[in-house]
Amino acid sequence: MSAVAPSAADLPPPVLAAPSAARRPALRRFMRHRLAMFGLVAIIVLVVACALGPYLSPYGPLTIDLRHRFQPPFEGRHWLGSDQLGRDLLVRLLLAGRISLTVGFAAMGLSTAVGVVIGLVAGFYGGWVGTALMRFVDAVLSFPAIFLLLTLAALVSPGVLTITLIVALTAWMEVARVVEGQVRSLRERDFAIAAEAIGVSDAHLMLRELLPNIMAPIVVAATLNVARAILLESYASYLGYGIQPPTPSWGNMLNNAQEYLTSAPWLAIFPGAVITLAVTGFNFLGDGLRDALDPRLDVHR
Amino acid sequence: MTDVLMVEDLAVRFRGESGVVDAVEGVSFRLREGETLAIVGESSSGKSVTALALMRLLGGPPNCVVRGRATFMRQDGEALALLSLPETRMASVRGRDVGMIFQEPMTSLNPVHRIGAQIVEGLLAHERLSPRAAEKRAVALLDHVGIPEPALRARAFPHQLSGGMRQRAMIAMALACRPRVLIADEPTTALDVTIQAQILELIRALQHETGMSVIFITHNLGVVAEVADRVLVMYAGQVVEDAPVDVLLHLPQMPYSAGLIGSVPRLDDVRRRGGRLAAIPGNVPDPNTRPAGCTFHPRCAHARPDPCETARPALEYVSDGHTVRCARWREITV
Amino acid sequence: MNSPLLQVTDLAKHYPVAGGRTLRAVNGVSFTLRAGEVLGVVGESGSGKTTLGRVVLRLTPPSAGEIVFRGQDVTHLSRRALRKVRRHMQLVFQDPYASLNPRMSVEQILAIPLQVHEPSLGRADRRSRIEEMLRTVGLFAEAADRYPHEFSGGQRQRIGIARALICRPELLVADEPVSALDVSVQAQVVNLLLDLRERLGLSILFIAHDIAVVGMISDRIAVMYLGRVVEIADTLSLFNRPRHPYTEALFSAVPDLGGRRDRILLQGDVPSPVSPPSGCPFRTRCRYAEPDCAVEVPSLVERSPGHLAACHRPELVLASPLSDVAPLPRLR
Repeated sequence: MSAVAPSAADLPPPVLAAPSAARRPALRRFMRHRLAMFGLVAIIVLVVACALGPYLSPYGPLTIDLRHRFQPPFEGRHWLGSDQLGRDLLVRLLLAGRISLTVGFAAMGLSTAVGVVIGLVAGFYGGWVGTALMRFVDAVLSFPAIFLLLTLAALVSPGVLTITLIVALTAWMEVARVVEGQVRSLRERDFAIAAEAIGVSDAHLMLRELLPNIMAPIVVAATLNVARAILLESYASYLGYGIQPPTPSWGNMLNNAQEYLTSAPWLAIFPGAVITLAVTGFNFLGDGLRDALDPRLDVHR
Repeated sequence: MTDVLMVEDLAVRFRGESGVVDAVEGVSFRLREGETLAIVGESSSGKSVTALALMRLLGGPPNCVVRGRATFMRQDGEALALLSLPETRMASVRGRDVGMIFQEPMTSLNPVHRIGAQIVEGLLAHERLSPRAAEKRAVALLDHVGIPEPALRARAFPHQLSGGMRQRAMIAMALACRPRVLIADEPTTALDVTIQAQILELIRALQHETGMSVIFITHNLGVVAEVADRVLVMYAGQVVEDAPVDVLLHLPQMPYSAGLIGSVPRLDDVRRRGGRLAAIPGNVPDPNTRPAGCTFHPRCAHARPDPCETARPALEYVSDGHTVRCARWREITV
Repeated sequence: MNSPLLQVTDLAKHYPVAGGRTLRAVNGVSFTLRAGEVLGVVGESGSGKTTLGRVVLRLTPPSAGEIVFRGQDVTHLSRRALRKVRRHMQLVFQDPYASLNPRMSVEQILAIPLQVHEPSLGRADRRSRIEEMLRTVGLFAEAADRYPHEFSGGQRQRIGIARALICRPELLVADEPVSALDVSVQAQVVNLLLDLRERLGLSILFIAHDIAVVGMISDRIAVMYLGRVVEIADTLSLFNRPRHPYTEALFSAVPDLGGRRDRILLQGDVPSPVSPPSGCPFRTRCRYAEPDCAVEVPSLVERSPGHLAACHRPELVLASPLSDVAPLPRLR
């Protein structure tokens, strides 16, 4: 069958960029966002330090050295000082970081997955399924997160796994909401109707047509979720419901430092500073991603 | 017949993320009193940017640089250099001397203010009227543009009116201060064809009544045939042909104009079913990557390597009131 | 095979609206479409023509009426049963910028119909079918590796047409396929559809508001107003002698390059489909309306062979838009 003869002018000018040309302007925008870059650098430094740092330290987190209790920072063998049992603060901080960051990322992964699934199903099917699901989301959201967290924490024996699960359980709702809203509106766009007109399965519609188009808000929500998760874990551990001593976590280190606020303030300052750094780092990163990935700024015409 | 607006070498350059774009280059024309000038073109032809530039509604440097001269003659003989007026003076020109209406009334009418209030606001800004007198004038204007129950409608919000009604309200706003020139940027594109006919008739009637000049920007050649006295054809930011409407429609000299005219289906074409439209191959060039030489040459059946690919053609004189931007217009028959 | 490809009887689509009222987007539409025929559906906003297209394709379930496609009653088929039918009826959309998934390459977009309806095709075969289809719609084969945002509106529309036709459907529903395109590109796509229709023997339901375009491409035309078909006829018959005042007004309103004609200006706006006028829906804007027109909704009646109109005043002599048809003496 002979083709309609296309004229040379039908062809768009040769495009040198690979298919990810769509993401180029987003990357450029992101890199111009100074706070986001700062956040990214801070997080990378933290992650690397917490992962590798303890191997480089001569101290263990549980090594008790009663002859060097309450060493102030920057003066002697303990770079950030030591606590009431002579344990090195730096190494405890980094190891606590491993736990807090792990809980943060894992809880984010879990809550994002749950939120995406629920949001997809609610937004796609709508009707009473969607309404029921979203009302459920609203109901859970109406509990203050800390309250929910502590209630759940009081019911289970504390540990890394349980605290991850609990934090995840308090964080999935935002993701579900964002996803549901996006899916509901994208569902009516022509390309989704086109796929439906072709006769694809619901799973295809949800996973291959709609989901790739809402990755941006999901990524942003997930990033902000890490910040939230770290903070929540710190609250829980601080209040004694999370990671239990002697395993260090930034939260329980703060708890530990309470008694010595005036005599050894560094025991509270460093864990607090590092929590702040991690949380604001992820928040800035999330803000930067949100601005960079804003589809309204992509002029594709 | 006096000239109301004289535009010389208007050029608009935008600076964006992806580089520099010359949205409009070397546009010159004259608008006479009582005349309707149609500016016709497709996307990225620069037709809307031209109007916005004249009204100084584009942003300022460094993102947007406007060059050239535009002289507006007021009723009392005063000549205003539009592009160099201070902003406060320009604000009084807009609405009082030059009115403007747009394609989508929903976006140019403030959705949280009532229609009547928006007209009154314009009146109070430009004329010495008491608020009560302004309100009465506003209702009278709405009536004049054919809105039924105008007193009631004056208290309505934009979303409570139909598309045609909103467009009439926008016309009422634009004409409230009896401007000398009306710039209409695709005013009927978003309307149903029967409503479009009403609005075109309204504009024509108002024009006869007030003697105002109209610059009518559109991509619809049929509308051009209906309303225009003269036509400016724009392509890729330049004027490529300038002629009286009958001359353009029957004796175009620029291949693009002829191509455009040939690609519009007419009602009479129903007889030649089985025939094809004379389509122009290819696409409108992206403003960032305009071809060298004549911007139309990649799509032109009459293009020759020399001079079409090498030199940018200048506007040449064909006959009185008819200019064309084509290096080969004498040799070819379109 | 003489039975029609598509037979629609008394089709209706209602939406409940705030205040206990109903929006009758499609209100009792019947027509048939034969194989290889192009039926144009023309109307303005509120006419229901877009909804009609969606209902015919079962993208939304009808509120009443019957759709028989290829001899099979598809009116109440389940979504799963519909999937097998979908291969034979496809849709082209109005907005070339919204109808292609921006995150998929052209190859991926065109592969989906093949994956759904011809799953036995291997990757290489699929690719060659895709390339062939791209060439058929006037694009180069390498377009398959690009993404939608790299193409212009007209090219994207071609891709949309390629996607619709790749599984060789018998019916194509084109919903305003050219109205969002530049004028010069519109002509290209209209020509393409004409070529494809000749070459593939396609049946097309061509929905548009531009009656000149519809006239060029259609064998028959249905004129819709407020959810009803008010006139349906062979194209030439419709243009030569319209039999419904709305059709006459529609023709008269079209700004045509043929020059300025006598205008019939309709008063007022299109009434809302939520509360249509009693009796004939057009009577509020009809210059020939009489008191009796408010009493009963007129039904489609044959006025001449193959030419039906729904008007209480069949004696009216209406103006033709064609320039060489002498105006007949008017009755008042």
